[in-house]
Amino acid sequence: MSDSMELPSEPKKDFHFVYLLLGMCFGVVATQGEIISWFRIQEMFRFHSFHMYGVIGSAVAVGALSVALLRRLNPRALSGDPLVAPTSRSAASSPRLWLGGLIFGLGWGLVGACPGPIFALLGHGIGVMVVVLVAAIAGTFSYSWLRPYLPH
Amino acid sequence: MELFTQPWPWWIAGPLIGLMVPAIWLVSNRQFGISSNLRHLCAVIPTRIAFLQYDWKRHGLWNLTFALGIALGALLSSIWLSPSGPSAVSEATRADLAALGMGQFSGWVPSEIFAWNLLSQPAGFVVLVVGGFLVGFGARYAGGCTSGHAITGLSFGRLGSLVAVCGFFAGGLISTHFLLPWLLRSL
Repeated sequence: MSDSMELPSEPKKDFHFVYLLLGMCFGVVATQGEIISWFRIQEMFRFHSFHMYGVIGSAVAVGALSVALLRRLNPRALSGDPLVAPTSRSAASSPRLWLGGLIFGLGWGLVGACPGPIFALLGHGIGVMVVVLVAAIAGTFSYSWLRPYLPH
Repeated sequence: MELFTQPWPWWIAGPLIGLMVPAIWLVSNRQFGISSNLRHLCAVIPTRIAFLQYDWKRHGLWNLTFALGIALGALLSSIWLSPSGPSAVSEATRADLAALGMGQFSGWVPSEIFAWNLLSQPAGFVVLVVGGFLVGFGARYAGGCTSGHAITGLSFGRLGSLVAVCGFFAGGLISTHFLLPWLLRSL
């Protein structure tokens, strides 16, 4: 698959049951950690609570430590593939990063949920989140269509 | 059992989310990121759009399975672990939102915006429909969302992800401090 498609290389094997379980873990943690709450996102953008900064900061700290450790140990994945660190598709100065980021952020501040929590809130039976999900799919569809004309 | 029925502090929830990065990498050399699912769902629709011409099952089924897991985990959490719902919102945030005419601070989302019958009102429409659209458009334009850029990208030390995260934050601040007050006052 060409790089312009932005699709990572495929592994020898996928373990869908494991991904289902990992997703469930994320759903439980996102709920118990209350990151799916619209009000917690408001607290973050109003600088009224440390909670979300703590969650994201400690997640990145643990993620970075794990990545450093795995780079050193260099094990193979469960699928038998060697671990390959993702390479940056775009230079840090690419307009797509700050422009796309800004557009995403405008939506994040309104909806109070990023894509992960959208799925979690659907699981909580908040039916109207279907509207948000369909609108988000429409947004991605529009981007895909306009992609050749947008600055990257 | 009390640990499970109480809301978890950031120092438990954050590290567990961070562990998703090595866990998913170790399963089959994949990267933790959720917004790609929106693209996979678009790729299901037959179109002539070049960016959507790929086998969504081969590239995206693992991630859609993960997303289904998120919904199931949340469902499990709501019935088993935390039947009482989210804990209280900080006083300062309540005061700010009350000044904008909001009075409901219980539940995961404000019932004064997130309701089917409010979709025809400016605030309901802009928050749910326009907000959702911007999330989907911006995430793919930037090449990732909070999970792909903020958690995974930063964990891999990618400078580009830091730029995207600054964009996320700037956008969120504009929405919170300018768009939302303007919308709620127009109620």
